[in-house]
Amino acid sequence: MFSSFMINTWIAGTAIALVAAFVGFFVVIRRSAFAAHALPLGAFPGAAAANLLGVNPFFGLLIFVGMGVLLLRQLARIGRRDVGTGLLLVLFLGIGALLLSMTSEYGPAVFSLLFGEVLGVSDADLWAILVICVLVLLAMILMYRPLLLDSSFPDLAALQGIRNARMDLIFLSLLALVTATALPVVGAFLVFTLLVGPPAAAQSFSGHPLLSLLWSVIFAEICIWGAISLSYWSNWPIGFFVGILGAMLFVLARGYRHWHQRQRRLVIRSKVLNQK
Amino acid sequence: MVPEVMNELWRCLSQSAFLNSQPVQTALIVGACAALVSAIIGVFTVLRGNAFAGHALADVSSAGGAASFLLGISPLLGFLGMAWIAALGMEWLGVRKARERDLATGIVLGAGLGLSALFLYLDVTTTSTTGAAVSVMFGSLFAVSRELIWPAIGASLAVFVLVALLYRPWILTAVDPDLATLRGISPRWMGLLQLLALGLAVAVCALAIGAVLATALLIGPAGAAIRLSRRVAQALILAVVIGLTSVWAGIWLAYESYYWFSGHAWPVSFFVVVLVFLFYVFAMLLAARTRARTNVTYPTMREREN
Repeated sequence: MFSSFMINTWIAGTAIALVAAFVGFFVVIRRSAFAAHALPLGAFPGAAAANLLGVNPFFGLLIFVGMGVLLLRQLARIGRRDVGTGLLLVLFLGIGALLLSMTSEYGPAVFSLLFGEVLGVSDADLWAILVICVLVLLAMILMYRPLLLDSSFPDLAALQGIRNARMDLIFLSLLALVTATALPVVGAFLVFTLLVGPPAAAQSFSGHPLLSLLWSVIFAEICIWGAISLSYWSNWPIGFFVGILGAMLFVLARGYRHWHQRQRRLVIRSKVLNQK
Repeated sequence: MVPEVMNELWRCLSQSAFLNSQPVQTALIVGACAALVSAIIGVFTVLRGNAFAGHALADVSSAGGAASFLLGISPLLGFLGMAWIAALGMEWLGVRKARERDLATGIVLGAGLGLSALFLYLDVTTTSTTGAAVSVMFGSLFAVSRELIWPAIGASLAVFVLVALLYRPWILTAVDPDLATLRGISPRWMGLLQLLALGLAVAVCALAIGAVLATALLIGPAGAAIRLSRRVAQALILAVVIGLTSVWAGIWLAYESYYWFSGHAWPVSFFVVVLVFLFYVFAMLLAARTRARTNVTYPTMREREN
């Protein structure tokens, strides 16, 4: 499982989960799960186009995800944000379907783009992934406070001179970068689970932003490590395990919070009864 | 004079290769069913701000479509079963609270897509269905089998009956949930029934243009129609017109595209999605222009809701 051809996957997976947890934390508090779903899927035709032209899929992904961010902002300006997001997503996917129908390698290529490929990380890919992850982390650390304020109290942030539109653009760009790096490994559909599942589960454990961030990093790593090893053992697609583990973490965390709240309520009630 | 023209037209139509080809006939009928139901359900979905849930149901239904290849059942049943399971799952995880809705939808979507990955993988490895991923995800309307016409029509009729019965309560819950509760309408039941109807519509759509592209027919025509209309009934009619036009024109373009580039037909789904998108952008720009020119602020349904 830790043999030489898997090492790249382990390193890439760990780095991707780390940045995904950071960005996902903001996805959850900004409630932009739909955007986090639409951007990876919108990027997928980029990889298909790159396949067709014979260039590195990574550039195709970056170009498409960049176009996605710009178009998303335009569509959100002229109509409802959720409808705009959905339509942008299907437009890009439609283009992807067209591009895929033109390539000769139809089935397997589509499948690994949509649902991930564990063994697909080459040395060159690994360096690109690591550089982008470091960039995203640096940007996150620099923008942490304004972004947090803008996400939780937009009015207060506006009073402090933080521009909402600019924060939105920064957030979407970071999301786009993470998407482009994670997509070849985890797959277009399941990047989203990695972004939303762990941070949503972490919310149940702590209301403090930093603690919640820490929990979401831990959960994301559990999720990706579990998925890589299970996928290695069973030979089933990694996307399946990422999706199921993410959902399970969320349900377990919700169950824990429910139980915890009930316990606390019982304790308070018994105290009140004792005082009487 | 008029009958002669009609006769001439009929003769042309009945002799055209396009309308006489069997796959095209099936595609036109199934596509029309998909466009009709999704436009109608779509209006309620967009009004309630449920576009993400609609999209999630469509995506998750792909797992059902993939499983139907494994089990050897009709793909329509597969899509429908998984869409309903997802609808119940979202309801259970808490789509009621607006704050939680986004997350619950996302979690169900993630788990469903995971399942879909597994089933498609098993399709490819255990059975010899190559291209299952492409046909489930992106649809292949010309390859829909003729036996699916009647089930598709049946599912559409079921949706129409539901809409006819629950038209007023649904509008009231969409526009003002508090008022609806006062009138004795349970928003929770209405929400669940609406998700189930959405599941039916999504299944027909997924059969026609593929599970991940079903969203286009569901929210595109509805979103455009709502922006242009001031009454719900008007929006419904406009959405149906936009949806039908996109689907039929898409089928025709895909049929014609065979002759454009040395005998390689482009996918129907691509044309349908692009047409829906163009209609939407056009509607948005039109609405913005009329409002700027007349400078009279009619409250559109979008603002009335806010």
